[in-house]
Order: sequence, then structure tokens, then C-alpha cells
Amino acid sequence: MSYVMEVWLAASLVALAAGAAGFFVVMRRAGFAAHALPMAAFPGAAAASLFGFPLWAGLAGFALGGAGVLALVQRTARRDAATALLLAALLAVGALFLSLSGHYAGSVYGLLFGQVFALGVGDLPMLGLIGVCVPLLLWLGLRPLSLSALSPDLMQVQGGRPWVAELLFLALLALAAGFAVPVTGALLVFSLMLGPGAAAARLSNRPGAGLVLAMALALGLAWAALGLAYVSDWPVGFFTGVGAALVYLLARLKPL
Amino acid sequence: MNGTALEVAGLSVAQGGQDVLRQIGFDLPRGAFCGLIGANGAGKTTLLRALLGLLPSQGRIRAGGRIGYVPQKLQFEPDLPVRARDFVALGLDGHKFGLSLPSRGRAAKVEEALRAVEAEGFAAQRIGRLSGGQQQRVLIAHALVRAPELLLLDEPLANLDIKAAAEIVALLKRLCRERGVTVLLSAHDMNPLLPVMDQILYLADGKALCGPVHEVVRTEVLSALYGYHIDVIRVHGRILVVAGGNGHDHAHDVEHVAAIP
Amino acid sequence: MMAFLQSGPVQTALLLSGAAALLCGALGLFTVLRGQAFAGHALADVSSAGGAGGLLFGLSPLLGFLVFGLMGVGALEILQTRRTAARDEAAGILLGAGLGLTALLLHLCLAGHGASGAAQAVMFGAMFSAPPGEALWACLLAGLSLLVLAFIARPLLLASLDQELALVSGAPVRGLGILFLLLLALGVTLAAMTVGAILATALLIGPAATALRLVRGPVMAAAFSAALGLAACWGGIVLAYASYGWMPGRTWPVSFFIVALLLGFYAAARLGRRA
Repeated sequence: MSYVMEVWLAASLVALAAGAAGFFVVMRRAGFAAHALPMAAFPGAAAASLFGFPLWAGLAGFALGGAGVLALVQRTARRDAATALLLAALLAVGALFLSLSGHYAGSVYGLLFGQVFALGVGDLPMLGLIGVCVPLLLWLGLRPLSLSALSPDLMQVQGGRPWVAELLFLALLALAAGFAVPVTGALLVFSLMLGPGAAAARLSNRPGAGLVLAMALALGLAWAALGLAYVSDWPVGFFTGVGAALVYLLARLKPL
Repeated sequence: MNGTALEVAGLSVAQGGQDVLRQIGFDLPRGAFCGLIGANGAGKTTLLRALLGLLPSQGRIRAGGRIGYVPQKLQFEPDLPVRARDFVALGLDGHKFGLSLPSRGRAAKVEEALRAVEAEGFAAQRIGRLSGGQQQRVLIAHALVRAPELLLLDEPLANLDIKAAAEIVALLKRLCRERGVTVLLSAHDMNPLLPVMDQILYLADGKALCGPVHEVVRTEVLSALYGYHIDVIRVHGRILVVAGGNGHDHAHDVEHVAAIP
Repeated sequence: MMAFLQSGPVQTALLLSGAAALLCGALGLFTVLRGQAFAGHALADVSSAGGAGGLLFGLSPLLGFLVFGLMGVGALEILQTRRTAARDEAAGILLGAGLGLTALLLHLCLAGHGASGAAQAVMFGAMFSAPPGEALWACLLAGLSLLVLAFIARPLLLASLDQELALVSGAPVRGLGILFLLLLALGVTLAAMTVGAILATALLIGPAATALRLVRGPVMAAAFSAALGLAACWGGIVLAYASYGWMPGRTWPVSFFIVALLLGFYAAARLGRRA
């Protein structure tokens, strides 16, 4: 497979997972988690580089850990101050790891803003797993995730367990967010998730169709960003961030 | 168990270290239309949530069949990508993980529930864009779709204007009569429900009394329940429950009140 | 010790971080009370584009961060009128566009000038390499802002606790809100120059959140918050210098130490009893 094809495939898989997760982020009003989890994954990538274990392990480990902390902290008061400080601490630790690994300069940019062209063919199997499993599991959980977003009480009365849906959602979001970090950079994962997700929620009035639309929009956005980056030599992150905002604003033109 | 929809004995609920409900006991006959009446803060929502198992409680609760729940108004953002029809469908299988293949049987149940609450006209609209009364109907349809034997509604008439409230009451009475669903709905004012209530479940001071209105809503009965003097005044077919007074008969004062236009 | 204090970059760092810590300490208290931590975070991210632009075109970083920060305030004001959830969502996505711009500007820095430290300077702080004049400007602006803040403190506090009470008392609530955001843009600018754009929020809300747990009165809380910020910044600088001897040829990033100290203070306060 040619290098360009590999990059294309990797970005597509990441986009599918991000779009699917982003749709539920919008439905469940979980924007804060979508901001926080990529930042939690950042030191994971730095740690992988410093201590020499696989990139995907660092990303997944730190992202899932972050999701666990979020789930625990849900109920406490003034949680924004506590979580914001924890996030800053994680980012600072990431900076430390990068600095110690000697790759500070190069890696800071790549991990914050994306350097998809730095992915290797060895990463593809893992990305493939995420790109297929995350959307699939979210699809399978469509009904419980929707109902628990609308009313956890009603779900419980029907015999469902809202906390299971919440954990499943956070775990899948963590994986989608973590694996998007090398492609779009920690700072722009949010855009890849929420631009298409919010646009889809606006354009479609039912959950199933909305989920599919979010994935399609994310895929389109990723392809456009890649294509434009390839042609202009400008960074993918720029096109992702600006493109997501455009998609979002265009969708908002449609009256509800 | 056959004749009763709900049997409750010795139900007690404590919240935040305080006893909200103390040794509540009552039986709801099948097919009854019962109003759970009490002042704001008396514990109506607590009682309903305890009956549904959403709150820890002591005592015994036995229901004769499935219970449908209509919570107090839920907050929905206008841009939520969920139609009224989808919300009702979630009442059937919203708790199940897995692929949902389109099923004629399920779709028929959803349509039936929407028809029963006369919501076909706005079934395709986003749930966050419906008016208060429309949302209330959709919530009722969501509860109805699994054909429950007992329907619990938490203050369905709050936030509704008089006309919409009357429509909901009429709807619920019709469901009660035509489908034999037992209805227990909470309200802080019993008057809109007087024409339709078979039973009243009166909640005060953590205790409850259940029975026909003319038996429960009486001066001496409620005074005993509250633990201080209560007057029950009937004016033009409406009932006022008033605290205080010195227990003397002020019948002529009541007529004076009634004469004020 | 004397050599340490006489070093030019160290003096710049101490002045710059001192100004940032004092201003952010006081501002942060109001930020937390007003629940505007997210606005602070958004302003920091948006201003990063200005910082990158400043580097690219050789302009003052202070000016770069500040100009974009002020534009961010304008955008926040326009978004003001919507519902909270939709507003946060919109702010986040528009923020993404701003960060995309930062990505482009930093890329141009890296590609064109070979300024390889651009990304980490803007995102994780470059207080040692700031032009000395900037540090003095920072102190001046911070001092002025603190005076303004002291002047509006009482009506601002009332408005932060309850908008309606403030309106009834005759305070210009909306004007105060805008003025506060403008001061916040400056605070965020100084914090971004100190610890970088993505860590700036820590300097803004960390000391304030800690102070709120330990001190009861508003004036004492603001002063304590400023003091904590100062201790974290200067302590971080000392530790960063010390770390030069820990590993051959490598210093640990100063922003790491500052954030670690901030988190440490907060954690200690949380473990202790609430005042």
C-alpha cells in the first residue's frame, strides 16, 4: 500500500470513530469530556515516546484513565476547577516527558496540532480496530445512549441501567479521542468530533440517521482537510479547525 | 392481589437525615383514578419515586402489574435530534443494547400509543420544540406504550394553562375508563381533579390517608392527619383546605365569601 | 544565588511571572465566582493565534496575545445571548477555528524561520526568552489593571454573586461584565506568556480555587490567591534552574514546575478542612 493510501486510511478510520462519538457528545451535552479526553491522552503519547512502549498503548491507557476520573468526578461540586487543574497537570507532565525525551520541539507541534503523516504502517491494525469497533458499539448502544441522555429515570424504570450506558459512552469516547490525537492533534479532536456531530444533530431529526450523518460529515471533513493539506503544504489541523467551524455554521442555517 | 393495582404497607423514606415519609400504607383498587394531593414539599415526588424503586425505602410495595411513569416536565433542548415518535419508541426498547431492526409490531404499538394521546399531529416534530401540553402527551404515550396496568404521573398539570390542564385530565380519565389503567397522579391543588377522582391519597406531615374524597377531605379527618386544626370549606363545588381558625362554625362568613363576585 | 538573580533572563522571568501571578490571582477569584472558567480557557486558546502571529512577524508577543484575546472577548460578547449549552458548544467549535489558525501560523514559523521552539514557546510558555522591555510593560499593565479591579471590586463582586441584586442596586452589570472580560484578556495574555496558552487557565483558576477553600473574606481571598500564584511561579523558576543539575544538559520545563506547585497547593487545600 502506498504511503499516501496508508495515511488516507488511517485518517478515515479515525474520522469515523470521532464522528460517531461526536454525535453522542452533542446528544448527551458532554462537550467538556470531549475537550478533556484528548488532553488526557497527550501525556500518554509523550510517555510512549519517552519510555519506549507502543503509541497506541499510551494513548488508550491515558485516555481511558482520564475517562475513569471524569466518571468519578461527575458528582462533586466545583468540579470544573478540579478537572481543569488536573488537565493542566496532565499537559504539563506531557511537556515534561517530551522535554526529557529530547523530542520536545518536533513532538509538541505534532501532538497538539496533528501530524498524520507521522503515523506508521504498524499503527494501522489498531486504528482499524478502533475505526470499526467504536462506531459499531455506539450503533449497538444507540437506544440506551439516547434514552439515558433524555431521562436516566425513565431508563431505570424500564429496567435499564443508565450508569452502564454512561461508562460505555465515556470509554468509547476516550478511545475515539485518544486515537484521533496523532491525526488531528490534541487541540483539534474536539473540532473533528463536534463540528460534524452538532451539524448532524441539526440537520437530522432522528437519532439513527443523525449518527450516520455525523460519521459521513466527519469523513468528508477529514478527506477535505487531508486533500487541502497535501496540495497546499499547510497543516491538516488548520483545515480541520476551520472546516469544522464552517460545517457547523452552515448546518445552523437550516431552521429547526 | 386481583382487585388491587397497588398495595403499600409501612413505607418510610428518609432523605438527608430527615424522615420525609413515615409508615405510609394504602391500597389502590384496580381501575381507580386517584389523586395524590399534598402541599409543595409534602413528599409527593418522593412517594412516587419510592414506589418506582428510584429511591431507597423501607416497607412493602406490591404492584399488580407493570408500572408506567410520567415524570415532571423534562428539559429538552430544541435541537435534540429525537422526534416525539422516537421518544415514544424508546419507551418500548430504550434500555436494550443491540441492533434494532424495524419491526411492524413495535411500530404499531408506538402508533397506537400516539393515537391514544392524540399526538399524531406532532409525532414527527423534534421533542424539544413541542409546547408544554404537547410534551406532556408524548410523555404519557411513552409510558403507555408498554401497556402498563398502573400509571404514575408526577405533577402533570403544573406549568400548563387551564385549558391544556383540563385536556390532560380528560385524556387521563378516558384512558382510565377505556383501558382499565389505574391512574395515580400528583397535584398540589385537588380542585381540577374533583370531577374525575375516585380516590384521593392525601399526603401531609409525612403521613397519608387514602379513600373517597368525601371521606378523607373532612375537617376532623385532616385535622387529625396534620395534627392541628384544619378547616375544609366547600364553596361552589370547590374545596378549600385552610389552616388556623378556632374551630367554631363560621358558616355565615363562608356565605359572605361566596357572595363576592 | 546572586548570579541567579543577576541573570537577565531570570529577572525577566521573575518580573513577567510576578505580574501574571498577581493579576491572575485577583482576577481568578472573580472568574471562579462568576463561573467563567471556560471563557478564560477559550480566551487563552484564541490568544495563542496572536502569540504565534507575533512570533511569525517578529512583533511583540504581548501585543500579539493581547490583540487576539481582545478579539476573543468580542466574540464571547456576541455569543452571550444564547442558551448555555448551545453557547458553550458554539464557543468550542469557533475556538477550534482559532486553534486551526494557530496551527497554520506556527507551521509557518517552523517552516520559514526555522524557529524550532515556536510551538513550545507559544503553548508552554517562554518567559525566559521574552524581551526585557515586555516584562516591564507587563508589570505596568498588570498594575493598572489591578487598580481598575480594585475600583470596581465591590459592584463586580455583587454582580458575580447575584446579577439581579446588582441591577437593583444600580450597578451597570453589563458594562462591568465587559470590563471584566477585557481585564481577563490581559490576565490571560500575561499567563500565556508565562506558562503558555494551554496552561494559562491553571494560573488563572488554580490559586483562586485554592484560596476559596482556605479563606473566607473576599479581600483576603484575592490577596491569598495572588500570593499563591506568586509562590508557584517563583518557586517554579527556582526549581527549573535547580533541575539543570539533575540530568546532564537537560532542564525540566519551568511551566511543569509551576503547574505542579499549583496542583500541589490545591490538593493540600482540598485535603485540609474547609474554612
